[in-house]
Amino acid sequence: MILTTKEALILLAAIAVATFSTRALPFLLFPPHKKTPAFVQYLGKMLPYATIGMLVVYCLKDVSLWSGSHGVPEAIAMLAITLVHLWKHNILLSVGGGTLFYMFLVQAVF
Amino acid sequence: MKRKALKAAFIHTVPVMMGYLFLGMAFGILLSTKGYGVIWAFIMSLFIYAGSGQFVAITLLTSPFDIIGAVFITLMVNLRHLFYGLSLLEPFKRAGKKKYYMMFTLTDETYSLLCSTKPPKGVDEGWFYFFIGFLDHCYWIGSCVLGNLLRTAVPFNSKGIDFVMTALFLVIFIDQWKDSKTHIPQFIGVGASLLCLVIFGASRFLLPAMVLILLLSATCRKRLEAKFQ
Repeated sequence: MILTTKEALILLAAIAVATFSTRALPFLLFPPHKKTPAFVQYLGKMLPYATIGMLVVYCLKDVSLWSGSHGVPEAIAMLAITLVHLWKHNILLSVGGGTLFYMFLVQAVF
Repeated sequence: MKRKALKAAFIHTVPVMMGYLFLGMAFGILLSTKGYGVIWAFIMSLFIYAGSGQFVAITLLTSPFDIIGAVFITLMVNLRHLFYGLSLLEPFKRAGKKKYYMMFTLTDETYSLLCSTKPPKGVDEGWFYFFIGFLDHCYWIGSCVLGNLLRTAVPFNSKGIDFVMTALFLVIFIDQWKDSKTHIPQFIGVGASLLCLVIFGASRFLLPAMVLILLLSATCRKRLEAKFQ
C-alpha cells in the first residue's frame, strides 16, 4: 500500500461520489419531456467506444517494449483472447481463461 | 406486496448473479494482492458499486495520491451511465423516495434488466425494480468479499493476475468493435491515448488523453453523428 488509510478513504469517497453523480445526473438535468442537448446525446453514443479503447491502453501503460520481456507475453495473451472471444463469444472463458494463460506465461515461460 | 416483488425480481436476477460472481471475485482477489483486505472489498463494493470503475480504482489506490485525476477518470469510465437514466425517468419518478437508491444501483447489468423486464401482473412496479437493483448489489458485495477472503485463505502465486483488467476491457472492446458501424471512436480512443502515453509517460498521460479524446470527438461530430443515426 502506498497511500495512507486516510488518503485511500478520501480517494474512494471521491470515486463513489463521482460514480453516483453519473447515475443520478440525468434524473436531475433532464426531467421528462425536456429534450437532451444534441451534443450531449452525441457524446453519450460516441464516448463509451473511445473510453474502452483508452482503458485498454491504460491497462498496458506500464508494459515496456525496450526492457524485460518486451511486451511479448502481453501480446501473445491478447492475441489468444481475441481469437478465443471471436470464436466462442464467452466472456467468462475469454477473461478467465485469458488471465490464467497470461499468469502461466509470466510465471512459467518468461 | 414487498415479498411478492422480491420473489418476482429474484428470478430475473439469477443470470446477473452468475456474471457478478465471476467478476466480483476477480476484483476481490486482485484487490487482496495489492494489500487491501476484506474490509476494503466490502467498503468499495458497498459504496462505489461499479465493475470497470472498481478495477480502475485499484490502479488509483496503487498510484500516487491524485484526487482530481481519480475523479476525472471515474467520470469518463462511467459516462455511459448518464444516458441510462434517460429511458427510466418515468418509472423512477413513480417509485417515490426509493428512487435515490435505485439510481445508485444502475450498473450496466441492472440497467439492461430494468429495460428488458416488466413486473408481472399484480406486482408493484417500484418495489420490483427496487429489488432487482438491491439483489444485484448484494450479489456484487458478496462476490467481492468472497474473492478477497478466498485469496487470503488460499495464498497462491498471483503474479500476472492484474491482467484480468486488461482481458476484461479487451473483450468489451472486441464486442463494441463488432456491433459498431464506424470504428472512428475506437481509433480516437486508442490513438489519442497511445500518443499521449508516448509524449507524457505512463504516470501522466491520462488527463491529456481524455482532453484530446473530447476535442477529437467534437471535431469529428458532423461525420460521426450521421453514422450513429
